[in-house]
Amino acid sequence: MPEAWLMGLIGGLMIGGAAAVFLLVNGRIMGASGLVGGLVDGTGRGNTGERMAFLAGLIGVPAVLALATGGAETHATGNIAVLILAGLLVGVGTRIANGCTSGHGVCGISRLSLRGIVATVFYLLAGGLTVVTFKQLLGVI
Amino acid sequence: MRELFAAVVGGLFGAGLFVSGMTDTRKVQGWLDVFGDWDPTLAFVLGGAIVPMAIAWQLTRGRSPVLGGSFPAPPEPRIGRSLVIGSVLFGAGWGLVGLCPGPALASITYGGTSGVVFLAAMLGGMLAAPPIRKRLSAATPVA
Repeated sequence: MPEAWLMGLIGGLMIGGAAAVFLLVNGRIMGASGLVGGLVDGTGRGNTGERMAFLAGLIGVPAVLALATGGAETHATGNIAVLILAGLLVGVGTRIANGCTSGHGVCGISRLSLRGIVATVFYLLAGGLTVVTFKQLLGVI
Repeated sequence: MRELFAAVVGGLFGAGLFVSGMTDTRKVQGWLDVFGDWDPTLAFVLGGAIVPMAIAWQLTRGRSPVLGGSFPAPPEPRIGRSLVIGSVLFGAGWGLVGLCPGPALASITYGGTSGVVFLAAMLGGMLAAPPIRKRLSAATPVA
């Protein structure tokens, strides 16, 4: 198994490459929360096909890779209450902030967008504080 | 044609998330856990992703998208309270489980019940967001 940081770098280049193609070819920002959120709340009605195709690729390719490599795991908690609370926070938060790790993080920082940088600083700080509080101090996750 | 490229983009994005280990919540929480057994992988993923995208933004100058239309407008400089509050809520949820929207979708076929419950709640949150966003943006912005 190659070094984790190298796999991270290769995977990162693939993610950035995907975002670059979406921008240069389709003229769109590759933001996961925006692309799926527009389907959920109806604001993406004008380009439903494009959004559905993106989701099909995003779900289909990792499914095949997981099968081909003998299975994969997310190691996510089994605590239903934590999963529901976290899912709600991620869903509401990304749509209020108008972006997540891919939209604000990858696409925003790379064009030196102040909004992308500010969003990334705040979600990293909130994420770090949450893990330190609930894992190190309270030991509940 | 737009759908074909969107599917290829989604597939490459998903493959990148899979290869980099970003659908493994231990690696994400390990990155956020600065006082625990800190895992620097996420920095390489984000750094690696920003490079091709920065080049792509340079290439948009004086051009149009290959399939027509126009490139996204320059980012709005204003930092409103929705951006800050939304990002804090998102970060808290991200830290609790270690999943953000891209990986939550990418891992849905192998994430078991946990993945399904998280994704369902996330979609519910997205459905609930528009009225909250409206109320926040109607209020005075922070800066």
